[in-house]
Amino acid sequence: MFNVERWQEIFETLKKNKLRTFLTGLSVASGIFILVILLGFSSGIENGVTTEFQQDATNEIFVRTRRTTKGYKGLNPGRFIQLKDEDFALITDTYDDYLEYRTANYSIWGGQIAYKNETGNYRVQGVLPDNQFIENADIGKGRFINQSDINESKKVAVIGNKVSKDLFKDENPINKYISIFGISYKVVGVYFDPGGEREESQVYLPLTSARVAFNGGDNIRNMSFTVKMSENFDEAVELSKNVTNAIENDLKEKHIISPDDTAAVRVNNTLEEAQKIYSLIDTIKAVFWFIGIGTIIAGIVGVGNIMIIIVKERTKEIGIRKALGAVPSSIIGMILQEAIFVTMFSGLFGLIAGLALLELVGPQVDSPFIKFPQVDFGTAITTVFILVAAGAFAGFLPAYRAAKIKPIVALRDE
Amino acid sequence: MGSNSLHVLKGINFDVKEGELVSIMGSSGSGKSTLLNILGMLDEADEGSYVLDNVPIKNLNEKVAAKYRNEFLGFIFQSFNLINYKTAVDNVALPMYYKGMSRKERVEKAHHYLEKVGLADWSHHLPSELSGGQKQRVAIARALASEPKVLLADEPTGALDSKTSYEVMDLIQGINDEGKTILVVTHEDDIAQMTKRIVNLKDGIIIDDSLVEQVRAQQYV
Repeated sequence: MFNVERWQEIFETLKKNKLRTFLTGLSVASGIFILVILLGFSSGIENGVTTEFQQDATNEIFVRTRRTTKGYKGLNPGRFIQLKDEDFALITDTYDDYLEYRTANYSIWGGQIAYKNETGNYRVQGVLPDNQFIENADIGKGRFINQSDINESKKVAVIGNKVSKDLFKDENPINKYISIFGISYKVVGVYFDPGGEREESQVYLPLTSARVAFNGGDNIRNMSFTVKMSENFDEAVELSKNVTNAIENDLKEKHIISPDDTAAVRVNNTLEEAQKIYSLIDTIKAVFWFIGIGTIIAGIVGVGNIMIIIVKERTKEIGIRKALGAVPSSIIGMILQEAIFVTMFSGLFGLIAGLALLELVGPQVDSPFIKFPQVDFGTAITTVFILVAAGAFAGFLPAYRAAKIKPIVALRDE
Repeated sequence: MGSNSLHVLKGINFDVKEGELVSIMGSSGSGKSTLLNILGMLDEADEGSYVLDNVPIKNLNEKVAAKYRNEFLGFIFQSFNLINYKTAVDNVALPMYYKGMSRKERVEKAHHYLEKVGLADWSHHLPSELSGGQKQRVAIARALASEPKVLLADEPTGALDSKTSYEVMDLIQGINDEGKTILVVTHEDDIAQMTKRIVNLKDGIIIDDSLVEQVRAQQYV
């Protein structure tokens, strides 16, 4: 393998047979290139779709109420259903075993918020500490609302990154005071949200302080929960569905709402949606892998085919070499080493070309459903080696046979 | 090869001494190529013995045969059998590659032998750029390059016109004059007359083995 003379001999042969070398290389390089692009876009679609649905926790159950649309047990339609702390307590007590995070929200749309001379309109929500996990909010600076904020109705606020940029520019907002409808709140944290700017232009207050400031009493606008995820995704979906239905029934019973009134109490669960998306991603992945493996197989067959032709074409040369004193192993070694070198070199070339294209074009792709198309480098290298090994194997049989031919037969005039 | 056995050579007994120039003659099917293949270790006899320079040649596996071919023998073929993508000098250097010589030494020696066959100026030409006679000279240079004990030529002039044939024979005679042992298979009588001894084969046996008065090829060139 590391014989300089052998390498010189091989390079010379390759140089003198440029077209053959080029064609072998091209079939390998294009196979790997196509595979890399396919895998790249498959991962791009996966990334895109995943982030698109990552704005909130995927196992969320969301509860909100409106007016009744149907009369029931002597009550008129059009009655507004107001959630209260006791409803939240009912749900969390009843389903405590199944719930992971829980929050009750009290929100005001279009809150006038000011810092020094900067003002802006943002959604203001009174929340519980668990809201951070349900909204997938990442704390960039400071902290989120905590239990003592709730207990003592502290006048603190956690602002979204967009709000921070709008009002504070480059200033550090922590421990500064913002005013919401004229009431001062101390900023204790800044959060980021994978959902992007829209989700980052909100301000969170402790639920209790928000209700004090905006005369909320013990009202709740909506409630969010996440169910505990079990190992098995299908089981989790089933559980989530059952809890969703149970919550809806409990609330309808408590507030005396007709069981077939779909508007008054709405309980959504995102896990079922997520399941559909994930199975779609799986399908897309499977299709891309199928095409990719097909491409590789075509590449292997191509390399094998070329190897057979090369060996056939070189039968006479092999005979000459044997008559001049070449041992069979040196013949097989020569052909294999040449094949491995060409497939490896062009395989890596195709790999680098594919990665470069993904690197260049990837960021230009302006679609929310394709994000960061990239390939796991390990996977790509593995496929290159599989192709090389398969090419070598495909080349070995004809090389072995050629090395066994008696030189006198190989030299016979056609 | 094949399932039918056929006795091609049926009792051949002859000695070639060092420095001899022997031609093996016979019509096709007489077994002369088989004899040459056995002498060239490209084939092995079912029975009998073959001793080359006091080394008994028997029970050869591919590896040993290759080594002996490389050390003891030089081949010259009717169809030259040069590697078509290698230049003249690289073709001549090839047997030395299998001897394990360094590249520098190989090229130097190859140039020396090309000069000897009068092709020093053609060393960097491909076989396709050479005439038939020139190709055969390159092949002769290649056969000499491994410094073999015996040169085996299978119809060396079979693909050449008579003028070129005589030039090649002149070269072969010159090499023989320097003491190299050479066996030539031919069916052309005038070529055979240019050797020192003619062995005539017919149906697998030697029907005649006699020394002849060598005709020098020089006079026809």
